Amino acid sequence: MRQPSPRFLLTCALLLLLALAPLSATFVGNDYPLIVLTRVVILAMAAVSLDLILGYGGMVSLGHAAFLGIGAYAVGIMTAQDVTSGFLQWPLAILAAAVAALVIGALSLRTRGVYFILVTLAFAQMVYFLSVGLDAYGGEDGLVIPTRSQFGLLNLTNRTTFYFLCLALLVATIALVAHLARTRFGMVLRGAAMNERRMRALGFPVYRYRLAAFVIAGALCGLAGILLANHSEFVSPSVMNWGRSADLIIMVVLGGMGSAVGPLLGAMVFMLAEETLSHVTTYWQLVFGPLILIFVRFARSGLVGLFPERAGDG
Amino acid sequence: MSLLIDQTLNGVQLALLLFLVAAGLTLVFGIMDFMNLSHGSLFMMGAYFAATFVALTGSFVLGGLLAILCTTLLGLAIEAIWLRPLFGRGHLDQVLGTFGLVLFFNDFVRLVWGPAGRTLAVPQALAGQVSLGPTFSYPVYRLVLIGVGLLVAAGLYLLVQRTKTGMIIRAAASDRDMAGAIGADVTLVSTFVFGLGAALAGLAGLFAAPLLTVQIGMGDNILILALVIIVIGGLGSVRGAFLAALIVGLIDALGRAYLPELLRLVLSPVAASTAAGALSSVAIYILLALVLLVRPQGLFPARGAR
Repeated sequence: MRQPSPRFLLTCALLLLLALAPLSATFVGNDYPLIVLTRVVILAMAAVSLDLILGYGGMVSLGHAAFLGIGAYAVGIMTAQDVTSGFLQWPLAILAAAVAALVIGALSLRTRGVYFILVTLAFAQMVYFLSVGLDAYGGEDGLVIPTRSQFGLLNLTNRTTFYFLCLALLVATIALVAHLARTRFGMVLRGAAMNERRMRALGFPVYRYRLAAFVIAGALCGLAGILLANHSEFVSPSVMNWGRSADLIIMVVLGGMGSAVGPLLGAMVFMLAEETLSHVTTYWQLVFGPLILIFVRFARSGLVGLFPERAGDG
Repeated sequence: MSLLIDQTLNGVQLALLLFLVAAGLTLVFGIMDFMNLSHGSLFMMGAYFAATFVALTGSFVLGGLLAILCTTLLGLAIEAIWLRPLFGRGHLDQVLGTFGLVLFFNDFVRLVWGPAGRTLAVPQALAGQVSLGPTFSYPVYRLVLIGVGLLVAAGLYLLVQRTKTGMIIRAAASDRDMAGAIGADVTLVSTFVFGLGAALAGLAGLFAAPLLTVQIGMGDNILILALVIIVIGGLGSVRGAFLAALIVGLIDALGRAYLPELLRLVLSPVAASTAAGALSSVAIYILLALVLLVRPQGLFPARGAR
């Protein structure tokens, strides 16, 4: 039998850890760990979606949090309009994120390199300011979401149920991204990141492949936004603050780009660092900022670099 | 009519403030191919230094000069310690490394000055209004700001276009390797430009301190607007940054003033005011999208830019 690779084992270990982690809530006696964990899982999902374009596609988008915000706002606005059925809310919210990604991607992908970074940032700011301008839905103060999405028998207000739903969707997202990376689609995407001209010469319409990846990533991040809105029962423009987009990039790079499990590991370590550092000192970013620089200088291949893709490597 | 003059002057004033920040950003980008997200933090530090030193010395001019000096030294220190290892690395590394610096400075300010914002009063001598016509008056401070801003812009133009230093800067911006090969000390040029950019950001922070609240994160919005400006103007081009800043400043100020009126012609008053609010805050991003569609290299690209 083929020996499973260290990276596959890492994936299993992380997911097992997340599956068993809610038990800690029973030891602590309150829901705090579960609330933090749900957040970790949701942001990990956003980071995995970003990895599809950043890690595999080589597109440095500094505006990915916009789709998180669009998914979250779609849920918030529909709830405010008394559309509470999840069967209606979720597809529409994902559609909204996908359409936004189609428009933003179609324009941004006409540019390269540093222009792409700046333009995605600018579009995310545009979505941000649009949400600030939504006076009917709270404007800058945000919008309380009084009821979570209704899914018939599935009760999302139960914290444990909701956590496992998020976890299941995260596993599905990781599986989807890992699968896409292995298909012809993923190969073209990765090839274009390494040498765009060669892929063009081979006859691949690189722009269209990239746009498709951008839309898929946007839609998946929109789903994470839906979960985030249901989790916090609140949505405000700060969901898509530009710092959030940078945080997502940090998670992906910290864990390791272009590996479906990297962003999950990155998100877990990022949130763990934030939780512990912010307990030690109020001024945790004073430590975290330099840590990012040190990391970028010396450990650029990410934490998954410690776990080779095939058994026997490394 | 007086509304038009008022908003035009406000637009020009915003434009000059943005230009001071964008100029350093675009030069550093042009010469070092370096994306510096922490430039907005220098603007914030300039404002905090100004609030502190003006209160300490009791003089706006003396305190302001001290603030600019400190911001310049800080910029040079950042370049030497934090940014130099990132030169020549990919843009992704630069984004992450300089974003770390943004986080660092936000908490540094929180630690030193506390979480509450500071205010800096408009200097006594410039506190009044000046009458510019029978029905129109404008704050003196803002007029002085426009004047000084224009002077600095002119000085920068002369420095870049008419001096030997400026020639080397332009040469390094259009082709760094070639400028180095014919004997220009490109590292020294980049340090000089970093210092210059920091000084301009500090000056902008000083000017902005009496107009805005001096607070954590005040550099973020300015930074992003400055980034939009240098893309519209063409990366590396000071002239482009100046013209783009004017366009952005005027669109922002005039849009806020006139869009509600214009939209009321076609929409109900309530819908018009909502739509105008949203539209005027995103107008410059729509402009950016249009520029990218028509001229992806920016409106006024630096000569020889790739």
